[in-house]
Amino acid sequence: MSSEPGKGSEPVKASEAGEPFSTPEHTGASSDPLVGTAPAPVVAPTPAPVVAPTPAPVEGAVRLGASLDIAAVRIAGGGLRDDARAVAVVWRRELIRFFRNRLRILTSLAQPVLFLFVLGTGLASMVSARGGPQGSVLGAGIDFKTFMFPGVVGMTVLFTAIFSAVSIVWDREFGFLREMLVAPVRRGAIVVGKCVGGATVATLQGVLMLALAGLVHVPYSPTLILTLLGEMMLAAFMLTAFGIMLAARISQVESFQVVMQFFVLPMFFLSGALFPLSNLPQWLAVLTKVDPLSYAVDPMRRAVLSQMALSPRTRAVLGQGMSWDGWRLPVGLELGLVALAGVVVLAIAARRFARPE
Amino acid sequence: MSAGTGSAVAPAIEVCDLQKRYGEIEAVRGVSFDVAAGETFGFLGPNGAGKSTTISILCTLAEPTGGTARVSGHDVVAERLEVRRRIGLVFQDVTLDDYLTAEENLRFHADLYGVPKAVLAERLRRVLEMVGLWDRRSGLVRTFSGGMKRRLEIARGLLHSPRVLFLDEPTVGLDPQTRSHIWEYIEQLRRREAVTIFLTTHYMDEAEHCDRIAIIDGGRIVAMGTPETLKEQVGLDRVVLRAPDQDQVTSALRDRFGLDPIISEGAVAIHVANGAEFVPRLFGELGVPVSSVSVARPTLDDVFMTFTGRTIRDAEASTSEVNATRPWMRAMRSR
Repeated sequence: MSSEPGKGSEPVKASEAGEPFSTPEHTGASSDPLVGTAPAPVVAPTPAPVVAPTPAPVEGAVRLGASLDIAAVRIAGGGLRDDARAVAVVWRRELIRFFRNRLRILTSLAQPVLFLFVLGTGLASMVSARGGPQGSVLGAGIDFKTFMFPGVVGMTVLFTAIFSAVSIVWDREFGFLREMLVAPVRRGAIVVGKCVGGATVATLQGVLMLALAGLVHVPYSPTLILTLLGEMMLAAFMLTAFGIMLAARISQVESFQVVMQFFVLPMFFLSGALFPLSNLPQWLAVLTKVDPLSYAVDPMRRAVLSQMALSPRTRAVLGQGMSWDGWRLPVGLELGLVALAGVVVLAIAARRFARPE
Repeated sequence: MSAGTGSAVAPAIEVCDLQKRYGEIEAVRGVSFDVAAGETFGFLGPNGAGKSTTISILCTLAEPTGGTARVSGHDVVAERLEVRRRIGLVFQDVTLDDYLTAEENLRFHADLYGVPKAVLAERLRRVLEMVGLWDRRSGLVRTFSGGMKRRLEIARGLLHSPRVLFLDEPTVGLDPQTRSHIWEYIEQLRRREAVTIFLTTHYMDEAEHCDRIAIIDGGRIVAMGTPETLKEQVGLDRVVLRAPDQDQVTSALRDRFGLDPIISEGAVAIHVANGAEFVPRLFGELGVPVSSVSVARPTLDDVFMTFTGRTIRDAEASTSEVNATRPWMRAMRSR
């Protein structure tokens, strides 16, 4: 999913817009005296007698004199170009809001940092407790925090994506959604813009987390960074689409808690972000396989682990990611599934918003 | 400019037998009216009368359950996008992004509506200067007062040069001074832009800014005309009498003065041309005991009462369930 900044900024020339810049209605209205177009008086069936005389003549000439120079503007229709521009403008708004709220960027970073360095350090000491570093479960050469790192990056993306998507509920609460929905663009374009915007913001937040890689012994290798970046973008797209689908059904800001408790936290815990997906009891193994986030975390972990020098035993324990009935899923398939889930969920979200009232 | 082709200018708004029901509730029950191009048309009525529902249908935010409506020549159901590109909207409650600046809000709108880059700068300046916010264009909207936000919304509604501007209760919740300022801007834009204005209000004094008014109650239009003609009927002073025997007073008023009294809230009300001069005559000629008399200048209540035979308060009480949620809030939220 490339978040191309949709260059909708090229000027729409009147000639190619298919409609003369100054529309006939305008020129017509200006030359014709408005008097005489008075609607017939309407008398509703009520007991009171109503006299509804013709409206007072509108002094059209006076009014129109000053208006002509500014009144004519060619307005958007429903073409692809308009859709692309709508996607771009909604995307840009998400970015402006993201960068304007620096405090939110910092606070969003606090939670994953706590998970990685507090929970991660605590778990690492436990995991490696059996016989010290040399004889630990993990074996030599890997810190548990390194193992957790891709999961925590995924968590950052997850929370930011869902938060961005669910901001639609805020937009609805504070009215701005109506400004978007009444515009002469397809609602699908608004939804796609919101999704691409949220995904971009979530990826940016993920990049901040990615910058800490060195602290948990993950090398800053360009291929690794680029791989993780692409995988983050894909995950962010799928998760934002998922959040928008949920947001379409949420009418109150308070319901955000419900989303967190029933969707986001289970998604996070079941994704294998914090523990290997091997040797799990059957019920838990099944749940992890239906969690779409699992298919995004696993490729990121593989990318990270491929950079580490690990003993075969360690690799066997940690590297056991997503498998179906013992068949290890290839990375391409995992990413394909994430993309597919994203597209399907986005289509559902767009349908939900496009429905007329 | 094709001067004098002789073709009549199509009405800016044509509404025919419009109906909208929400489940059991009939919010709009067969409303018909036309608004001429360039006209300023006002919908006047109590809360819950169907004003906002009608406006949201005309703005394509809600679908009618019956009847048809055309805005700028396009059907509001079948040609939704065509209608949207020709209308400007100022909602009853704020729909600005608080985290953006005034200018960013306008630019967002301009991009969404495809205002060409070539005219945008000029247009932006024009509308912002008109509402007196040019100097504040870089200010975050969250720092604006209620009146400034409303002015910014009016500027935004005009940014893409709509044919029809809808103003839903443009002054609601504002202090009297800001209200009169908002009306100055509306008057100004009536003069400077060839735009048809459709507005709703429940203030009689504001309705007087309109070329024509429709009074709406219980989802129906009960009267329509210029403010002058409506005032001729209802712009009479209201004289309220309290008496030990109301029936006696009522019949005396009928027989001796030829008036048509209305009994409301335990008092007898009549409408006369000059209340202050009428009272001495009343004392001289009525010949029936009266405990108190009061004279009042006409209010919306009187307008309303003249056409519906009940007070606005009664009307709002009986339609309060309709108004429990604003129609388009409901349309947007309860899904």
